[in-house]
Amino acid sequence: MPHDDHDHPHSLLPPDPALRVKALESLLEAKGLIDPGALDAIIDTYAHKVGPRNGAQVVARAWNDPEFRARLMEDATAACAELGFAGRQGEHLVAVENTAETHNMVVCTLCSCYPWPLLGIPPGWYKSDAYRARAVREPRQVLAEFGVHLPEDTRVHVWDSTAEIRYLVIPERPGGTEGWDADRLAALVTRDSMIGTGLARVPA
Amino acid sequence: MTAAPEPVFEAPWHAQAFALAVHLNERGHFGWPEWTEAFGAELARRGATRAQDGGDDYFLAWVAALETLCRDKGLAEAEALSRLKAAWEAAYLATPHGHPVRLAGQGG
Repeated sequence: MPHDDHDHPHSLLPPDPALRVKALESLLEAKGLIDPGALDAIIDTYAHKVGPRNGAQVVARAWNDPEFRARLMEDATAACAELGFAGRQGEHLVAVENTAETHNMVVCTLCSCYPWPLLGIPPGWYKSDAYRARAVREPRQVLAEFGVHLPEDTRVHVWDSTAEIRYLVIPERPGGTEGWDADRLAALVTRDSMIGTGLARVPA
Repeated sequence: MTAAPEPVFEAPWHAQAFALAVHLNERGHFGWPEWTEAFGAELARRGATRAQDGGDDYFLAWVAALETLCRDKGLAEAEALSRLKAAWEAAYLATPHGHPVRLAGQGG
């Protein structure tokens, strides 16, 4: 830590919010309302096990398997569960597919609802006021700032997530990938392409 | 972007606060829509005076919303929280550097 360069006879005092969290945790634990082991397991899951690779597997499978794609578009919650990805907050997953005519992007204007089981914890910009406000008001400008320039006649559809519904964007499959297997395809699927602020990578 | 992944949680307390909300929900102490409503209200309140950048300030709002919801649900009283916070602060200041910090009167 940059401010830890002088002598500390005692332990470094954590920042104020860290002490508030410790107070809350110790109170709830003393009351038997929480299990500290479960907290560690949750952190481990989201820090190490859940991330955009999950969503990329779903997208790659949808690109490669028309029957899976049909099930995904019909009921994404059930289709993702087939691959072992299930929500913990009882939310419903919805897949929205990009086409030449329509580009989809996802925001949460209320807070930061996000398809955790498929994409992990959202990046800082997704949680910022700037993105949350501007994605709805001026999606094309926001997309341009992400380096996404769409043809004038492509419609942009912005989906506002809620506690109950989380969206996964299925980006367009890049050309030149005919015959690729799912693992190879998944490497082209970026996190941003599944939020709609990016496109899938084009093979080199 | 994929070459150097951003850390999921930038500070340990972000992760602890996140896990507390998820765990309390999973234990049935509040519904997730209830949580997003409380958290959304806190973000809106803070965003009215200063644009939130989605980093530290996001988790500050998270902690404040969690305290409010726990208080409203009768899970954690404000007075007990401020007493425990002071106790933790004292414990940090009284523990030699490098030793595990524990609250007085608690085993772990």
